Amino acid sequence: MTYRNPPTTPRKSATFDDYTLSEIRRAAATGIYDIRGAGAKRKLPHFDDLLFLGASISRYPLEGYRERCDTSVVLGSRHAKKPIELKIPITIAGMSFGSLSGPAKEALGRGATLSGTSTTTGDGGMTEEERGHSKQLVYQYLPSRYGMNPRDLRRADAIEVVVGQGAKPGGGGMLLGQKISDRVAEMRTLPKGIDQRSASRHPDWTGPDDLEIKILELREITDWEKPIYVKVGGARPYYDTALAVKAGADVVVVDGMQGGTAATQEVFIENVGQPTLACIRPAVQALQDLGMHRKVQLIVSGGIRNGADVAKALALGVDAVSIGTAALVALGDNDPRWEAEYNALGSTAGAYDDWHEGRDPAGITTQDPELMKRVDPIAAGRRLANYLKVMTLEAQTIARACGKNSLHNLEPEDLVALTIEAAAMAGVPLAGTNWIPGKNGF
Amino acid sequence: MPATNVSKAEREQSHSQPSRVFDLAEHSLRELNQALHKLAPGSNETAWEVLHPRGSHSVAVGVDQPVSIDVRGSVGYYCGGMNDGAAITVHGSAGPGVGENMMSGQIVIKGDASQYAGATGKGGLLVIEGNASSRCGISMKGIDIVVHGNIGHMSAFMAQSGNLVVLGDAGDALGDSIYEARLFVRGKVESLGADCIAKEMRPEHIELLQGLLDRAGATGVKASEFKRYGSARKLYNFNIDNADAY
Repeated sequence: MTYRNPPTTPRKSATFDDYTLSEIRRAAATGIYDIRGAGAKRKLPHFDDLLFLGASISRYPLEGYRERCDTSVVLGSRHAKKPIELKIPITIAGMSFGSLSGPAKEALGRGATLSGTSTTTGDGGMTEEERGHSKQLVYQYLPSRYGMNPRDLRRADAIEVVVGQGAKPGGGGMLLGQKISDRVAEMRTLPKGIDQRSASRHPDWTGPDDLEIKILELREITDWEKPIYVKVGGARPYYDTALAVKAGADVVVVDGMQGGTAATQEVFIENVGQPTLACIRPAVQALQDLGMHRKVQLIVSGGIRNGADVAKALALGVDAVSIGTAALVALGDNDPRWEAEYNALGSTAGAYDDWHEGRDPAGITTQDPELMKRVDPIAAGRRLANYLKVMTLEAQTIARACGKNSLHNLEPEDLVALTIEAAAMAGVPLAGTNWIPGKNGF
Repeated sequence: MPATNVSKAEREQSHSQPSRVFDLAEHSLRELNQALHKLAPGSNETAWEVLHPRGSHSVAVGVDQPVSIDVRGSVGYYCGGMNDGAAITVHGSAGPGVGENMMSGQIVIKGDASQYAGATGKGGLLVIEGNASSRCGISMKGIDIVVHGNIGHMSAFMAQSGNLVVLGDAGDALGDSIYEARLFVRGKVESLGADCIAKEMRPEHIELLQGLLDRAGATGVKASEFKRYGSARKLYNFNIDNADAY
């Protein structure tokens, strides 16, 4: 037997990993950047890096099934004559008809209504199915103004002025030709089949002083009845929150980079904006500095998955959270039952994000009449309601363990962090220490 | 025009029945808009007059009845915003976003208009008897806009549908990223934006334009004096070879 020198194990580069190499090859072959849906997929400091302390000698718990733990929240009490009253502090985020199918929008409305919460329109106007099935509907006011009209403005329960979203702070909407069906084209006043790239800025205002005047106009049109939200992507949460308050917002919505989108450039999703966890404390601080915490409500979204995430966000000072991606999963998005079809599209259940292509096997992110039949709005709405119920029960379980008779009584002092990064971002001590990085000068 | 120059008798002569006069020096903007919103279909309060606007923002926004509203003076931002059926005349100049997202009806500005006049308008007619600033008709979606004077840069940016008529000149980057809106300019165009090109004036365009000129009170102007501009439709679907256009 001849002697061979021992070989080294083939080693792949951590920098040029398989995904990176595949993207270089894809870019070289096509000459166009990668477009996809959903939010940031990279590993980020998140709510998983926080833990609740629970009750002990210094704090006593509430009985799990006997003592009440309130979950309700009122949004928009600052200026609106008719604030929104929600039974749970979890709302459904804005997602457009166009991006989503009609049955999917209806299911979101049904699920939210069963749960006593609100749902939100998107960059495509208000449809009858979602207005009809949503007891409380937030109407988005976007740069594109597709389908915007005063009648829908008046039959909305709140208005959300969208400045940005977490997946793409500074980017506009995108809906590619495959999804511009006759109905979508008509609602958006666009030719059928074009690649729609919405504006990233509002057409008739720029900056905080203009925004104040724009909000005044919306209030005048709706006779000061509706709460007005201002939604920003997680870019500069302290200043964006402060400026939204200054401009007259009743509610500020801050969407971190894990928040999803129907479609945008991969490079944008993964490299612009801040993680949700990093956005919360600066936004809360801005409200506290202005003496407006709990007067102007704060909604945070981007990567909220379960009751623990809800409880942690509330403990850090937010009034409500919003879910998008998780709600779609509850409806049936990325369900392994369609695995063969995901494989045929070059993907796998759990990874499918080519929502812009309109070929979603689950029938949610599509305008294909056959595919969208796969969503039964009643059953899917029920699943969403079940999921919201579970999240709420989970959050209550944690709150009672911390001795709180309301989810909104959770506080930063109930939390510790597992990592230095999370401790710094959340402004809570690293577990086992009294060290909050950045506090007291070190 | 200061309101004091208009006598009560003159005002009453101009309408078949007396106007309901609303003085913004005495009442709030909110009262004005709410009074206009409370109008029921068929109301006999069909003529309104607003005095002392003094640059107020959001004058007569969201009106949804076919009433006439004469504003005696200049207004701030968003006058006539989302108008749906009213005939609003501003006897002065208008600030940014006049007639934004108009659905139907008519707005006439006797003076000049600031930026974003008629932005995202879905229908109706906006007439500016003076000049309009930049981004006139931005993102327009069916509105007709007639400007007797000149318009500024980036006008009709991403204009989707409707007609923009300019009797004077147009600034830089007219019709950038335009969709299916039609632009008619009588004077000089400083430059055209991405995907906007000059197009042939066919008989149907002459007819359409003449109708708009007549409705806008642009007498002594012939449709044949205008050039038409619209989309080359090269950027409707993304193609890497067009990337330099952005």
